[in-house]
Amino acid sequence: MTQVAEAVERETQTRAVVKKFMYVNRKAPYGTIYALEGLEVALISAAFDQDVSLAFLDDGVYQLVKGQQTKGLEVKNFSPTYRALEGYDIEKLYVERESLEARGITEGQLLVAVQVVSAREMSELMEAQDVIIGF
Amino acid sequence: MLHIVNKSPYERSSLTSCLAHATKGGAILLIEDAVYAATRGSTAEAALKRAMRELPVYALGPDLEARGMQAAVIDGVKVVDYGGFVDLVAEHRTSQSWL
Repeated sequence: MTQVAEAVERETQTRAVVKKFMYVNRKAPYGTIYALEGLEVALISAAFDQDVSLAFLDDGVYQLVKGQQTKGLEVKNFSPTYRALEGYDIEKLYVERESLEARGITEGQLLVAVQVVSAREMSELMEAQDVIIGF
Repeated sequence: MLHIVNKSPYERSSLTSCLAHATKGGAILLIEDAVYAATRGSTAEAALKRAMRELPVYALGPDLEARGMQAAVIDGVKVVDYGGFVDLVAEHRTSQSWL
């Protein structure tokens, strides 16, 4: 193989690498910028054809509550974007049951279809990732 | 004294500290992420209800609405708008923000 061919081969292999990325969302929306930033980063990584999961635990479960109306705050209501994630092939949304229960929130109050998992299952999902980024 | 709290009760101890120091004659106003403390069925509900026997608790409406929590407010918590926020500050000789 020529040097050029070898370089092309290496490049192709590099491009084909798909890693398991998990974005761990633990903050409520609007009070801080974390929730919105996490969502944007997840969308960016999906553009690179990675295997993306989103985890919602602790106050992060509040991000998915239905009926958010931000007119009074004069900030962007980014909650509809969670429903658009499917279009970017982000279909793995995990919500921790214990976090929902502590906050008196039911699955029916969430604005998108998710998989509700126990804290133990959540930790197993985390263990299975290549990269974990927390927000 | 008007006590203003703006942090989620699950993430910071601000509300707990506030409730331990607030006395009769005062009032508590929950804003930003602290409005989650004013919602039903949460683990923060009992402490807030205890406080409500001694002094009035208010929550900022626009912050509840932004978070989709307007229908989950605990009975007895008074929802105010920005004008109501200003009135509360004006009615009390001092206010304290529990950041």
